[in-house]
Amino acid sequence: MNWLLLLEQILNGFQLGLLLFLLAAGLTLVFGIMDMVNLAHGSFYMMGAYFCATFTGWTGSFLLGAVLTLPAVFLLGIIVEVIALRTLYSRDHLDQVMATFGLILFFNEATRLIWGPIGLVIPLPDFLNDTVEIIPGAPYPAFRLAIILVGFLVAGLLYFIVARTKLGMLIRAGASNREMIGALGVNIRLLFTLVFGLGAALAGLAGLMAGPILSVEIGMGESILILTLVVIVIGGIGSIKGAFIAAILIGLIDTVGRSFLPEILDLVLPAQTAATAAPAISSMMIYLLMALVLAIRPQGLFPPKGVGR
Amino acid sequence: MTASPRYVINAALLIFLAVLPFLTDWAGDSFYTGLVSRILILAIAALSLNLLIGYGGMVSFGHAAYIGVGAYVVGIGAFHAFEDGIDWMLNGYAQLAAALFGSAVIALIIGAISLRTRGVYFIMITMAFSQMLYFSAVGVETYGADDGLTIYSRSDMLGLIDLNNEKSLYYLIFLSLLVVLYLMHRLVGSPFGNVIRGTRSNEARMRAIGFSPYKYRLTAFVIAGVIAGYAGFLMANLNDFVSPDLMHWTRSGDLIIMIVLGGMSSLFGPLYGALAFLILEELLSSIPLTVGGLRIGEYWQLIFGPLLILIVLYARNGIDSFLPAARKEE
Amino acid sequence: MTVNILTVEKLVKHYDGLLATDELSIDVRDGELHAIIGPNGAGKTTLIKQLTGEISPDSGRITFAGRNLRRLTEPQRSHIGLARSFQITSLFKNFTVLDNVRLAVQAHSGHSFHFWRKVKDDDRLTEPALDILREMGLDDRAETLVANLSHGEQRQLEIAVALATKPKMLLLDEPMAGMSGEDSERLVAHLAKLKSRFSILLVEHDMDAVFSLADRISVLVYGQAIATGTPEEIRSNEKVRQAYLGEEE
Repeated sequence: MNWLLLLEQILNGFQLGLLLFLLAAGLTLVFGIMDMVNLAHGSFYMMGAYFCATFTGWTGSFLLGAVLTLPAVFLLGIIVEVIALRTLYSRDHLDQVMATFGLILFFNEATRLIWGPIGLVIPLPDFLNDTVEIIPGAPYPAFRLAIILVGFLVAGLLYFIVARTKLGMLIRAGASNREMIGALGVNIRLLFTLVFGLGAALAGLAGLMAGPILSVEIGMGESILILTLVVIVIGGIGSIKGAFIAAILIGLIDTVGRSFLPEILDLVLPAQTAATAAPAISSMMIYLLMALVLAIRPQGLFPPKGVGR
Repeated sequence: MTASPRYVINAALLIFLAVLPFLTDWAGDSFYTGLVSRILILAIAALSLNLLIGYGGMVSFGHAAYIGVGAYVVGIGAFHAFEDGIDWMLNGYAQLAAALFGSAVIALIIGAISLRTRGVYFIMITMAFSQMLYFSAVGVETYGADDGLTIYSRSDMLGLIDLNNEKSLYYLIFLSLLVVLYLMHRLVGSPFGNVIRGTRSNEARMRAIGFSPYKYRLTAFVIAGVIAGYAGFLMANLNDFVSPDLMHWTRSGDLIIMIVLGGMSSLFGPLYGALAFLILEELLSSIPLTVGGLRIGEYWQLIFGPLLILIVLYARNGIDSFLPAARKEE
Repeated sequence: MTVNILTVEKLVKHYDGLLATDELSIDVRDGELHAIIGPNGAGKTTLIKQLTGEISPDSGRITFAGRNLRRLTEPQRSHIGLARSFQITSLFKNFTVLDNVRLAVQAHSGHSFHFWRKVKDDDRLTEPALDILREMGLDDRAETLVANLSHGEQRQLEIAVALATKPKMLLLDEPMAGMSGEDSERLVAHLAKLKSRFSILLVEHDMDAVFSLADRISVLVYGQAIATGTPEEIRSNEKVRQAYLGEEE
């Protein structure tokens, strides 16, 4: 086994996991507090990438572009919440699935109309394009390292907000007992809008960071959305801690699995079979994990208290 | 019982569908036979899904997976018959049996695990399972991976019916639709259907009066899966092609849209929904209006997306609510 | 010698961070109407839920008709003759009155893996259901949707559904909740009739109803039965007066 490769893949796993966490954090709060299925969360991720590509083009700087993107996606999230989603909180999940599915179609098509069907590239500044030798002999792309750092930073910040501030107290209260925050006399509508905008901005952040690595293209939101849903369901809907742990888990399993599964399968299966089965199995692995978790714990790993309702 | 206006409208629709191939013959445009064939197959799948969603309250977000299973059976059979000369694999009855059995087994496994969960978890786990099947189809190079499989020879029904004839295929599909409609009608009114509908309405009460809903729900899940698998068998023969895209989660979303569009609480709802969905797609994408050099029709989803939201917000009961009422209670 | 149909021994349940049931022992004799009263939060509904199997106790033992209920699920308990009505009306709202009762009859007429037979034409289900509706005075509402019933009628249907499960014993969780005076009088009359045929555990706040119907009354405070006895004994019990009756009015 190639240990350097394993190390690199573990880092990549963390990087994917942290991106997933940024998406999952917003989504799990929306699920948990508002009991709302939002399939269009991936669209904010996509818009983050497209906005950043455009702003970077205008300003000539990725960092400036990124700084401009965050409030833009935050605002977009708030607009979407106020216009379309607000009335859906009280509806059943089926309605929410339908309506947010409609939103996805709209965002994808609008993106195609505005930016065209061909994907975009976000150019990185030189210092991020470089590699860093964190382990001697194993250069690692600086930008990926930056993603990991930003991811941990935001995760820490989020933890601080949720665990230590008044806003966080309300969010936690809402996730475990929706009626209670109403009884506390809090302006729920505003709180929901704010949380939704925050979630959108986090998704946008994930999108703008994923943009330079993957390609910025239509539909990028959907594939990551499914992964994100897997994350929050495994973690337990409404739980930030669960989302974090599940995100890292999924990131690691997916990344490391994809690169090492062929070798592992080679040990147990005939080479021919292993070669054909490996790609299929490695992309199925996280879904298997989810099925396994839900079969044993139908409420996910860390169900917030009171969700048993 | 006197014929209610609803009854007349439903009957008129079925009669129209029955004579459609002759109408298109007469118009000299067989394109519509193919289009309606596709609509009716999706209607069959939507009907089966409505047993779960509309009557059972189980929002399965992975129903396209079973269509995929049924379709891939045909594709794989044709592939081996063509590549390896295994003739019996082209036998339509063997393919049909395998399609039904395969979708039953897969629905049984998926259902057994998924039905332990509720609400959002159920939606997500069914979606995840269908994505699993999607990715396994993408991963199998032998059967074309991403690109799918072209079916060079349709199922051989041993002379009973010639699926290569578009008109015979259409009538097979139409007949299947009638059978599935009648099946659903009986099922919903049966003791079994009573349990399914009761569990949707109030699961706590069902348990309190002595039902263990799990096994009934699982049975419904398998029945729905098998019917969707059958739809897949038909779909593969109609398209002469299968690909993983059949199973993509957005295809499952389309089926849900059809159901909601048509109205969940009525037998014919999914049929109307499937018709409306695909006709809307055809209509919107052929809007000739051009704004600033862009043909609006090309961006039809820009209209369709918000339309869905409007339907959810303001026309909750779908087309069904615009038709004259059948009876007060269903 | 009297036989107990239900015996609860040293039941303990922590619920929502509280000790909702505290070493509670209580019994219901065969054919008796045993009422349970107590202030809000005394653990009455928690007790009912443990009896039906909706939640399981931390420790203690429940015996019903000679069987230990520990390992029996909610549906299984229904099948050995334990029926309940809900404190908050819990019916099949989009079904008709008849369908509600018929579904309960169906639950106790063998398995329901019949895919073809029409429920509406099945006299084996419909006749018993209509009998019960007649008994509860709801037969003229048989084809009405539950959602269109008055509150009083819905409360009556609650009991009709429980009766349709061929019970040995009824657990009635505040059957009069939210009822007008006239409606509850009618229900008291119904319960008086049922009393001779079933053992009944009645949880109720309406004191007039309780004292006129009950053979014995237990007073529950903080998860414990502070007194059990005939209505007369309870009325004159000093502890009960202090803890409960005094503060009620």
